[in-house]
Amino acid sequence: MGLELYLDLLSQPSRAVYIFAKKNGIPFELRSVELLKGMMFPVFLGEQVPPETLASTLAELDRCLQLLEDKFLKDQDFVAGPHISVADLVAITELMHPVSAGCQVFRSRPKLAAWRQRVEAEVGKDLFQEAHAAVMKVEDLPPADPAIKEKLKPSVQCLLQ
Amino acid sequence: MPLELFLDLYSPPCRAIYIFARKNGIPFELRPVDLGRGEHLKPEFLKVNPLRKLPALKDGDFLLAESVAILLYLSHKYQAATHWYPSELQARARVDEYLAWQHTAVQLPASNVYLCKSLLPHFSGQPVDPVQLDRLLGKLKPALQHLDGEVLAAKPFLATEQLSLADLMAFTELMQPTAVGCDIFQDWPRLAAWRARVEAALGPELVQDAHRLVLQPRDPRDAQRDPKLAQELVQRLLERLS
Repeated sequence: MGLELYLDLLSQPSRAVYIFAKKNGIPFELRSVELLKGMMFPVFLGEQVPPETLASTLAELDRCLQLLEDKFLKDQDFVAGPHISVADLVAITELMHPVSAGCQVFRSRPKLAAWRQRVEAEVGKDLFQEAHAAVMKVEDLPPADPAIKEKLKPSVQCLLQ
Repeated sequence: MPLELFLDLYSPPCRAIYIFARKNGIPFELRPVDLGRGEHLKPEFLKVNPLRKLPALKDGDFLLAESVAILLYLSHKYQAATHWYPSELQARARVDEYLAWQHTAVQLPASNVYLCKSLLPHFSGQPVDPVQLDRLLGKLKPALQHLDGEVLAAKPFLATEQLSLADLMAFTELMQPTAVGCDIFQDWPRLAAWRARVEAALGPELVQDAHRLVLQPRDPRDAQRDPKLAQELVQRLLERLS
């Protein structure tokens, strides 16, 4: 039996692994696992996130993005230096998550936007879009099974706290 | 200029690095940074680590943050014995797996127990909140269950058959709540046996030396030295633990 990768392309770390394996021509069997979780809490729960929670979550995200720019990216082309590394894959797949939820993290940050373009170019536009296809189409997700929804609700709310 | 290690031995990752450097005879200058006095927030330290966290390393002009990265850097640079970070592919992957998992699964809940039991009461002057402590211990339980019930049922150490960086990190993390009276080993016999093995392998004197600070009860007068800072720390702690 060859290499098997258990991934959910709605999950950021799964996407980083997927992109890395495909880009490096690593032969593997994709075993898709559906976790039914993600940043799309309002979509999934069918409820509004309280504005204070959203505000503090976004503030925290903003702080992290600033650190990403100032401490890691600085004046380099990529997060760990002049060449693309796994650090960029992990970072970009994480940041595509809030983007897919409608949070335009790159719009007000030209340095990050430029870095994103570079990463996309290095990875290859087709592979990048393929990996993110599932998460970009989240609005088209069918409504979650009510029983599963109820079961996952406490852990989703817990993640937000 | 020799290697500089910026550490506060109250912090488990700092202790892991301290023990590793001493055990491997790595020459270094210890640069103490007192977290309790907010020294990690001061401008001088910002130059060392803009992330305002410990541990940090300075090797000539090279600055490095993040305990796992620092341990790996030291392992490679000083060619530590291979049991620490094996060269065999799958053994190494096992150590990597533990080191990645432990940040949120062990370090976060274990340090929250410590903060609730020791640091928050120290700076606020209030007694420990037993409901909160119970809740936080509950959050650590799944990791302890996994380590005791699954990992250590299969082998003597956490990643491989020998002591590795995984055990070092886990040891100092799990000693944190234990050192201040929340003995997390008492309900988990395999973990308790593992702890004894790790202590014996590291050397009881070195372990004692590294844990001297965290094992001492805190002097209440320390908290009153800078009431404004104490208040700020209490605020941050309450937010983190809520």
